[in-house]
Amino acid sequence: MSLLDVKNLRVTFATETGLVEAVRGVSFSLGHERLGIVGESGSGKTMTGRAVLRLIRPPGRVQADAMTFDGQDILAASEREMRALRGKRIGMVMQDPKYSLNPVMTVGRQLTEGLRLRDRLGAADATAKAVAALEAVQIRDPARVMEAYPHELSGGMGQRVMIAMMLIPEPDLLIADEPTSALDVTVQAEVLSILDRLVRDRGMGLIFISHDLRLVARFCDRVLVMHKGLVVEEIAAANLLQAQHPYTRGLLNCLPRIGGPRGPLPGLDRTGAWATEGRT
Amino acid sequence: MSLIEIENLSVVFRAKGRDVRAVENVSLSIDAQESYGLVGESGSGKSTILRAICGMAPVSGGMIRIAGQPVPTPRGRAFSTQVQMVFQDPYASLHPRHTIDRTLAEPLAIHGLGDRDSRVVQALTDVGLPPAFRFRYPHQLSGGQRQRVAIARALMLKPKILLLDEPTSALDASVQAEVLNLLNRLRAELGLTFLMVSHDLAVIDHMCDRIMVLQHGRQVEELTRDDLAAARMTTPYARSLFDASADRMLDSPTEPAR
Repeated sequence: MSLLDVKNLRVTFATETGLVEAVRGVSFSLGHERLGIVGESGSGKTMTGRAVLRLIRPPGRVQADAMTFDGQDILAASEREMRALRGKRIGMVMQDPKYSLNPVMTVGRQLTEGLRLRDRLGAADATAKAVAALEAVQIRDPARVMEAYPHELSGGMGQRVMIAMMLIPEPDLLIADEPTSALDVTVQAEVLSILDRLVRDRGMGLIFISHDLRLVARFCDRVLVMHKGLVVEEIAAANLLQAQHPYTRGLLNCLPRIGGPRGPLPGLDRTGAWATEGRT
Repeated sequence: MSLIEIENLSVVFRAKGRDVRAVENVSLSIDAQESYGLVGESGSGKSTILRAICGMAPVSGGMIRIAGQPVPTPRGRAFSTQVQMVFQDPYASLHPRHTIDRTLAEPLAIHGLGDRDSRVVQALTDVGLPPAFRFRYPHQLSGGQRQRVAIARALMLKPKILLLDEPTSALDASVQAEVLNLLNRLRAELGLTFLMVSHDLAVIDHMCDRIMVLQHGRQVEELTRDDLAAARMTTPYARSLFDASADRMLDSPTEPAR
């Protein structure tokens, strides 16, 4: 049985200049696997991830024919029921640690807050669990990081702290929004292997949102390619290089390659029929 | 003679009573019209080298020479007509309350250059933006357009050297391609010399003739473009960077690193 089912998801924002459709009818289902969502900025990939957690605030509106997580209807759930899902069953790693961690709380307090309030652990147990989580994301000096404020950490460290925070409640589904974009390539590989182990060992489902096609091709099982709120192509990651859709091909071709030709990089041709598809 | 010469450069910051050695004993020389790349992870000191050249980081030891002359401290106006910098984040490097026109005209005003209108229009045209963009504010532009404005601003004083600090890492892949193409075209047309920093080996490889790999503020290895393409690196660190490069992932999508 699939973990998450989304049918015809739409996210719209009413703005002064009219209705903006950020997501325009996205459907997918997710099992215990790694699903990648790729696209450029503004393609609606982040909004798709946030809609699953109903984290879109007015004037944004989320509509769908169906959206179920583990048999539970997310659209019909009360705010109270959503709170029980968020974090504990569905975790989300946000894009930017600079804006997503509380700047006036030490990392230790942020990591233990959920454990103490939700799981009603004592201070010592919560601290021990938080330290273990930091170790699990390869932070070498967890005692120092626990005492540090977010501004005292590098981007990569902050990102790992956020991943540790999301993994503490052991969610069944993790939505990772550009979790490795701020990281160096070698740290990136470490973080990906941590996520990979969780999918394999614990059967966690993973939605991996990224703008980096190469990364997604290597790391995920299946890929949704989004453009302007629509899924233009769904493809097994292993076949991504053989993708047929002109948008996917364009995204792949405009990346420079080591030892590649020196001439101008091919730009993305936005004149195809797909570029205006579904626009009214 | 080399246009940019850096000899045993060290940069030491004093933080909380202890010394942080951001750059230690780095030496490099770049010929006129060459494109030189610095690669390394965050904290490797690659951006600090650019900032030290511009006088935005303290030079604690060693020597920086531009066209044979040691750089003065403070850098002064003559320096800014030779060397300009393009920063990583076009969302942060343009003044949010200044129009593009004012941003581009500011270097002209500082240097007492006339002919302001035609120079601003020319600068916008050079970077492929419509002249009407003069009257916009940064928030009315996309990331790629903003980075074009930042490049235009750097070129206002007709410098010979551009220091590029991760100029495309905040941009989408398709926009990155456009900006890289623009930089290459400008380099050819204006005979510019590039010193470029990036963590993306594929971008550096596309743009640069020679690269230097840095780690913890020290130089690890200098490679030519051919060495990089043929994977002829001699140090284990340079090889690990090469192997972890996202570009390499495309070659073996069926064997993910597990």
